[in-house]
Amino acid sequence: MSERVLFYLFGGLAVVASLWMVTRRSPLASALSLVVAFVSLAALYAVLQAHLLFAIQLWVYAGAVMVLVLFVIMLLDLRAEESARAPVTTAKFALGALVVALLGVKALAALWNVEAEPAELPADFGSVARVGELLFTRYTLQFEIVSILLLAVIVAVVVLARRRT
Amino acid sequence: MVGLNEWLVLGGVLFLIGVVGVLTRSNGLILFMSLELMLNAVNLTFVALARYTGRMEGHVFVFLVTAVAACEAAVGLALFVGLFRLHKSVDVDQLNAMGD
Repeated sequence: MSERVLFYLFGGLAVVASLWMVTRRSPLASALSLVVAFVSLAALYAVLQAHLLFAIQLWVYAGAVMVLVLFVIMLLDLRAEESARAPVTTAKFALGALVVALLGVKALAALWNVEAEPAELPADFGSVARVGELLFTRYTLQFEIVSILLLAVIVAVVVLARRRT
Repeated sequence: MVGLNEWLVLGGVLFLIGVVGVLTRSNGLILFMSLELMLNAVNLTFVALARYTGRMEGHVFVFLVTAVAACEAAVGLALFVGLFRLHKSVDVDQLNAMGD
């Protein structure tokens, strides 16, 4: 299939799934449609020749993060809350519509006017080897900072989740 | 061939949907998922720009953003679990203890 067909197929799917996600009353339905959006984004990464990121998007986002979210949603008994109130109040809806009308339309118009020709890509563009090479040469410091952040988060989550006795 | 502007507009649309979700919803978990969607929309523009400039720095940034987002997910969800234990609710509109 041509790139354009894939772009509109998965781009459209991502937009529809995201809209579905923000409009659902039940967090469970939201989470499942967000998985669909993340998988379509992974497909778009593949179209953009980002092979490593395609795999990471599926593993980390559609896999690990969303499993964690679903796990928490099922752990918390939210049924009473879901049915109690309308999901969106009128004032909040007006605020959201205002932001989209003022900021969003302007920003999208600016993005639409960007013009660029696709670059000639080397054969190994987006491969594990090339991304890894950059991570461990020019971006070593950033990589190490993220490693320390991950370590800090492990400790923080254990402290947060421990039941106080 | 899809133009760079189409990719950027797709990213912008997804980001706006995320913004609307954060502004309008009061369920903490849906708020959190809208935030994740906004991060992903920015990631998409990074990958698209990497494709159109032929430079792979964008991929490195997306890699780092993904790691930070995973951290944020772990801490954010632990906070919601703690919040639910205290209030039996994850409705952020009811979290006004500091405002009163």
